[in-house]
Amino acid sequence: MNTTALLVLDVLLVFSLLSLAAAALATRDARRSVILFMAFGLVLAVAWARLLAPDVALAEAAIGAGLSGALLLAAVREQPRRALSGDTKPIHSRNDAGLKVTLQWTVTLFCVALAAILAWALTQAFDSASKDALAQAVSANLAASGVSNPVTAVLLNFRAYDTLLELAVLLTAVLGIFALGPARSGYRSAGPVFDGLTRWLVPVLILAAGYLLWVGAHAPGGAFQAGATLAAAGVVLRLAGQRTIGLPQGHTLHIVIAAGVAMFLVVGLSLLVLGRPFLGYPPALAGGLILLIECAAMLAIAATLVLAFLGGRPQPPSVNPAGAKPGALSISMLRSRSREFPSDTDSHNAESCRGFNEEKNRC
Amino acid sequence: MIDAMASLLIVSGLGFYLAGSIGLLRLPDLYSRLHALTKADNLGLGLLTAGLALHAQDLLIALKLVLIWLAVLAASAASAHLIAQHARRQETPS
Amino acid sequence: MSELLSVSALALMLSLFLGLLRVVRGPGAGDRMLATQLIGTAGVGLLLVLSVSLKQTALIDVALILALLAAVAAAAFTGQQRGTGDD
Repeated sequence: MNTTALLVLDVLLVFSLLSLAAAALATRDARRSVILFMAFGLVLAVAWARLLAPDVALAEAAIGAGLSGALLLAAVREQPRRALSGDTKPIHSRNDAGLKVTLQWTVTLFCVALAAILAWALTQAFDSASKDALAQAVSANLAASGVSNPVTAVLLNFRAYDTLLELAVLLTAVLGIFALGPARSGYRSAGPVFDGLTRWLVPVLILAAGYLLWVGAHAPGGAFQAGATLAAAGVVLRLAGQRTIGLPQGHTLHIVIAAGVAMFLVVGLSLLVLGRPFLGYPPALAGGLILLIECAAMLAIAATLVLAFLGGRPQPPSVNPAGAKPGALSISMLRSRSREFPSDTDSHNAESCRGFNEEKNRC
Repeated sequence: MIDAMASLLIVSGLGFYLAGSIGLLRLPDLYSRLHALTKADNLGLGLLTAGLALHAQDLLIALKLVLIWLAVLAASAASAHLIAQHARRQETPS
Repeated sequence: MSELLSVSALALMLSLFLGLLRVVRGPGAGDRMLATQLIGTAGVGLLLVLSVSLKQTALIDVALILALLAAVAAAAFTGQQRGTGDD
């Protein structure tokens, strides 16, 4: 591709990104800014791809465009209508006004300082003579790392400790989510169009997640992208009004959430016991160990993101037959109101969630 | 020869893409804009992927491209319905 | 062929840009979501063209994920109402 075309493409991409970001920040309507943010995520994924960073583009497409947008839209919908239109209550006391202005100035100064540091770091990247040293060190040791994708090698082998700490941060986030209390009530059962979309979208998303996990060893992909895609499947199930959305119940859920950190610790500590450094894989077993850790990490990341969308501790499925087909909805609603046949609908739900559980827990 | 076919498909795909985007800007109403988006853009993507699949001359890549087109087709059909239903619900006073 | 790919990348970027105008302008939330779908479809096309011209087959996977997640975004937008209390 010739350089002038590439230059024009870059200019248009940068302009699109900046104008979308400015528009998203400038609107007063929360819903409008969330939709602009989703569009921003899509264009950013294209920008990462243009910069030849497919792993980041995958993560941005999965998390930035789809999941963050769904999360923010669900949060915005929680607000009562009046707060969105901008007419908040007037500030009653002087102290409140002073605090608000101080807060705004502090945040502004912090953002300006952060932007200055980032700009300084960018100039360092431009005129440093050794900017390729990191890439050369990675490619020199790639053969011994057990995978052939340099990004996965860095994440899961050379800097595995950082990834362990990132997963610990996700685990802490789940504890915070659980502290919010029970999850909100679910969505209504989907109409026929949404139902038809869910029927093929969820299996394809699960397959894509498994594919990304597997291909991450030798091509762009990996546990984070796979976990985010799997979480997207869970979010679609939740939006369609399904009860258990693929999450396991009770103690199994706790095990799945802790699986990422736990697998890292099990592998690292057993290597320590065998006389090697913590998380220092023997080169012969490195590929298998990385895949094992990535499986557990994918499940943990997916469960964390779905729990974030739920917004609280998931409730066990009740009698409500939300998974039923739309045609039978009226009859089931009559049933649930009279509560005469709890066992039929309960077994139907148990069947469906057992199937989804098997899909999710299989590596 | 194959390159000529691929080029023809790609160019016609781009034409449909641009037609759809211009329709999105110029048409007066949400519902008519939905027509422009789902019909023109998906056809443009289909022609584009057909041209790229011919150009790639690799069966696996061609199959992946067809899969992408089918996914976009089904997804945008469903989302057009959903967006139109949502707009209708907003219009009728609740 | 490579000039055609450059031109098609620019044409798709232009298409994306037109969608951007509708996202920023569009009077209703439905118009904005619609334009986001256009940005998604144009982005998928752009990624496919870039994967051929920059010789990175991994971008085809990115295009697939982008297509699927754009569908998820549309699904999230048209969220159904909350269930009733016995949910």
